[in-house]
Amino acid sequence: MALLEISHADIIYQTEKSETEAVRDLTLSVDEGEFIALVGPSGCGKTTLLSMIAGLLAPTNGTVAIDGTPVVASSGNVGYMLQRDNLFEWRTIESNVLLGLSVQKKLNDESRKYALDMLDKYGLGEFKAAYPTQLSGGMRQRAALIRTLAFKPRLLLLDEPFSAVDFQTRMTVCDDVHSIIKHEKKTAVLVTHDIAEAVSMADRIVVLTARPATVKTVFDIDIDAPTPLKRRENPRFSYWFDRVWKEVTL
Amino acid sequence: MKTNKGLPCRMTKVKTPRQTYLAKRRNDKIIVILLRIGVLAFFIGLWELAAELGWIDPFITSCPSRIAKTLSEIDMADLFTHIAYTLIECIIGFFVASGLGILIAVLLWRFTRLRRVLEPYIVVLNALPKIALGPIIIIWVGAGAQAIIVMTVLICIIVTVISVLNGFMSVDEGKILLLRSMGATRFQILTKLIIPANVPALVNMLKINVGLAWVGTIMGEYLVSTAGLGYLIIYGSQVFKMDLVMASTVVLCILATVMYLAVAGVERLTKKRYHID
Repeated sequence: MALLEISHADIIYQTEKSETEAVRDLTLSVDEGEFIALVGPSGCGKTTLLSMIAGLLAPTNGTVAIDGTPVVASSGNVGYMLQRDNLFEWRTIESNVLLGLSVQKKLNDESRKYALDMLDKYGLGEFKAAYPTQLSGGMRQRAALIRTLAFKPRLLLLDEPFSAVDFQTRMTVCDDVHSIIKHEKKTAVLVTHDIAEAVSMADRIVVLTARPATVKTVFDIDIDAPTPLKRRENPRFSYWFDRVWKEVTL
Repeated sequence: MKTNKGLPCRMTKVKTPRQTYLAKRRNDKIIVILLRIGVLAFFIGLWELAAELGWIDPFITSCPSRIAKTLSEIDMADLFTHIAYTLIECIIGFFVASGLGILIAVLLWRFTRLRRVLEPYIVVLNALPKIALGPIIIIWVGAGAQAIIVMTVLICIIVTVISVLNGFMSVDEGKILLLRSMGATRFQILTKLIIPANVPALVNMLKINVGLAWVGTIMGEYLVSTAGLGYLIIYGSQVFKMDLVMASTVVLCILATVMYLAVAGVERLTKKRYHID
């Protein structure tokens, strides 16, 4: 059974002025350990889709299930990483990383150790007592990822997590995040408008149509390289970039 | 020989750009402090001189020496009673208004419908000069310290509610979304995000309230009181003892400054604690 199962989901937004159909009859399943990227024309409702998967927004029709049970935000099954790192400036890195655990009342010696070990493992050990403003953009993003992983979500949602980082850092952060996710054997859904980023990171790319969003094409990316940077150097990279780009713009 | 000896000697005297900069900064600071004291001394001196030379009538304007004389002759126990009255009214009003104001802001943040219903009332109450309610307050709670405290609370609380609620509402949506995605309850969002994110705004609100609390207390004492610095000022003006009016004003000035410095100290502590630059 797939980890995430979206079946025939519609999302219709109601506002005072109008009714907007953001998602129409979207069916998608993600297997355990997969890295999926959702790409599509801007404003196609990618973020709405992520809110739905995170259990923050119920589909108007259809179902969203993780491990066969409908999602709710309070389950702690989904870790949501947003565009900006959203670290709390008044908390130390350690206490930021433990935020999810304390919200979900799962903070104990074992879970604390798990989170702090990750800080050590991914090069932030010496910054436990530091405050977010003392860290570089790349380090902040890593801390935000560890915060998301700390409560062991079944599924990781990444909403353009690199868009707020400057270009040079972006490549390395991309590599960092990818390796951490693979290392922790997490299942991830990435939303991005950057096709190169999608091709360099994902096992599978789902191209969405313009609003109302639905699945247009699914590509299995077969680039044999371990990291996003290595993938970018692979000759197959430009082939896939081209195909995805054409599919998005067509 | 001479040049050989002289050169290193002169070298040590040459200041690095950093030293020059720091020396300049220090000198600037000293000059500003001296000028500040100078302005005060000049003002007091001119006032005294003008009174002495008969340019102004000290019966109407009073003068520094007469203020000092009044303060030295006043019954200290009596003065402290007046100070205690004013200070207690002011501090109670300050804490009640700040505490209650924050509580109301929390409720308005939490309950959207309540906020929407009460919005126009808050706007009207904010626009209303609270001093106009003086007679009503006196009739309702009685003439005395309680009326002054109510006046102080009224003057501070509306501004407190508006500014604190404003701070609560402008917390980063992304952070709220993050907490919601973790499954946080509204209460957890309040305690883990809204309040800590607003600590600087809350401290700022306290700073504003110190000033407003003094306005409320003295105005209240003008309206109704038998003791307090505001009472002394009104009493002094009614019997035309300008020296008493001025002396009370000086004492008031000192008290307000001390209270402001106390809050400024709290601000410095929270800035350190919360790593705000």
